[in-house]
Amino acid sequence: MKLTGELDLNSPVSSHSVALNLRKGERLDVLFRGSALFSALLVFVIIVAIVVSLVIGAWPALQKFGFGFLTSSQWNPVTQQFGALVAIFGTLVTSAIALLIAIPVSFGIALFITQLAPTWLKHPVGVAVELLAAIPSIIYGMWGLFVFVPLFADYAQPWITDHLGDWPVLGMLFQGPPMGIGMFTAGLILAIMILPFIAAIMRDVFEVVPVTLKESAYALGATTWEVTWHIVLPYTRVGVAGGIMLGLGRALGETMAVTFVIGNAHKISGSLFMPGSTISSTLANEFTEAVEKLYSSSLIALGLILFLITFVILALAKLMLMHLAAREGTRS
Amino acid sequence: MSKRLKKSMFVGVALLSVGLLSGQVSAENIISGAGATFPYPVYAKWAETYAKETGVKMNYQSIGSGGGIRQIEARTVDFGASDAPLKVQDLDKAGLMQFPMIMGGVVPVVNIPGVKPGELKLTSEQMADIFLGKIKKWNDARLKTNNPGLHLPDSLITVVHRSDGSGTTWIFTNYLSKVSKAWANKVGNNKAVAWPVGVGGKGNEGVASYVRRIKNSIGYVEYAYALQNKMSYAKLRNRDGHFVSPTSKNFQIAAANADWEHAPGFYMVLTDQPGADSWPITGASFILVYKTQAKPKTAAAVLKFFDWAYHHGQQMAEKLDYVPIPPKVVSLVERTWAKQIKSKSGEPVLNVSLAQ
Repeated sequence: MKLTGELDLNSPVSSHSVALNLRKGERLDVLFRGSALFSALLVFVIIVAIVVSLVIGAWPALQKFGFGFLTSSQWNPVTQQFGALVAIFGTLVTSAIALLIAIPVSFGIALFITQLAPTWLKHPVGVAVELLAAIPSIIYGMWGLFVFVPLFADYAQPWITDHLGDWPVLGMLFQGPPMGIGMFTAGLILAIMILPFIAAIMRDVFEVVPVTLKESAYALGATTWEVTWHIVLPYTRVGVAGGIMLGLGRALGETMAVTFVIGNAHKISGSLFMPGSTISSTLANEFTEAVEKLYSSSLIALGLILFLITFVILALAKLMLMHLAAREGTRS
Repeated sequence: MSKRLKKSMFVGVALLSVGLLSGQVSAENIISGAGATFPYPVYAKWAETYAKETGVKMNYQSIGSGGGIRQIEARTVDFGASDAPLKVQDLDKAGLMQFPMIMGGVVPVVNIPGVKPGELKLTSEQMADIFLGKIKKWNDARLKTNNPGLHLPDSLITVVHRSDGSGTTWIFTNYLSKVSKAWANKVGNNKAVAWPVGVGGKGNEGVASYVRRIKNSIGYVEYAYALQNKMSYAKLRNRDGHFVSPTSKNFQIAAANADWEHAPGFYMVLTDQPGADSWPITGASFILVYKTQAKPKTAAAVLKFFDWAYHHGQQMAEKLDYVPIPPKVVSLVERTWAKQIKSKSGEPVLNVSLAQ
């Protein structure tokens, strides 16, 4: 091989070839831009296609039940009366429980890894949290049903009902026979599932906080807690909220693990220890045998509602973040 | 490319095309079906043995009865399978005929500390009232009348039902609708219903594991699951007033007492049948085929497979805890095939196969 590049630049032949190369590069660039644009547009096309097909599939049910579909708690395949309220309730409640548990724990994990842990421990804890995210959801479901549920039913649940069940108002949440399955268990399993996502993102954003900021605060005599609360959290607010939203998105749509442990009853009950159902668990349970048109259409309508819930929540989160960012802008 | 490689590639292509050709020639060597999950283990066993004996392959997708009905109506399979019989008008509308292929029983299983298999006796009305939530505790006075010696605890009953749509639920709710007016009016009979009380497990295994895990619970599963999991079953009082155990003999008695001759389109539900020993929650699983067949050879292959299964598959079925169709009913089905399943020109499909 000969290295001739620079020497040959002056000769007319090679300048021609350089121009050719340039044109070729330009064409490649156009091609590249085109394919990137195509990929980006593809996302929109797919989203629109999904919405359109969901609406078409759900149309018979929406036409029959109208707005009442959202407010009716009936789900009766015999009389062909369907309403989404129970499933929406179950979806929101289990996700709320999951967030309530997962956010503080993730915060603790991220805080420990970034601020407190000795260097030799940082890496193993981080890897362990990431491994949690790699476990398939069906495994969580089976672990929940076969390991967690019996232990919870035999030891934790009777104790909770005995000690908290008598409290006014709050006690209502912990009534019912000790079955181990139910909305609380579903929420708890969901919490374990979304925890690694939230924790990993929190850890990443905590790490980008400039050391000078933290050091300055420490120099002023702030405690670790004060540094975290007044320096780290405000600095990383957007990232933390994003991580929580990612976890919430996953909790709303999770199917198999929830189906295993929620108890699958089409009923709204005040107690978290009673069985319920979510939108995705209802779909997983009933789609295969839904022969009647109105029945399968109602199930598709449930899917459409889940899509809308996820969309609205994510959109609200985005708006909130934009609002926060704007306020930040005016303040500084 | 070396000469040898070229040569072997040529041979490969040649073999491939021969394979494709032979595949085209013998389309009736592969038959396909889809539907109910309940009979899948026995259909798969039959298919395996039949392929060894005759070379004819049967592909069965166990996607659920609903899916089976949808697929046969879309004509993507040669036969469909459903745990619940189709009504005559639905069969006629689609141009289908159905016949019973295998039977099984649905068994109430309980988990009451201290109660052994078969010790608990329940009447039909009590079953319905437990599942309606009217009988709330195991020490209910009504349960005590037919269980005098048994210690029943002062605990709330947890009802476990199927969360997914299923033929098992169809058979079970059919039984409850027959024996209880209140059930028929309030809940009704379908593959999935609005359960008044209880928790739902996915599949037979889901119900079985919930019942095993939740103390003082009652559920219903297919016979095979109760047997294989050694679950504590309850005896039921049948139509003739006797308390009977769920055994394959008692399922067969229920089927034999059924009047198939006068059931148009083989629409027959085997729940609550007469007979001193007949088990009240027995059900059959059905096969659906088109009456007019565009491909008579494939149709003949399908019927030959099921004919073979009727006559040579009983032992395999019994080993898997299923109940074979009684011989009387088999000959009735075969006579109906000859009468009803025809090619487009109107010739019986089965004669076509016998002639060749």
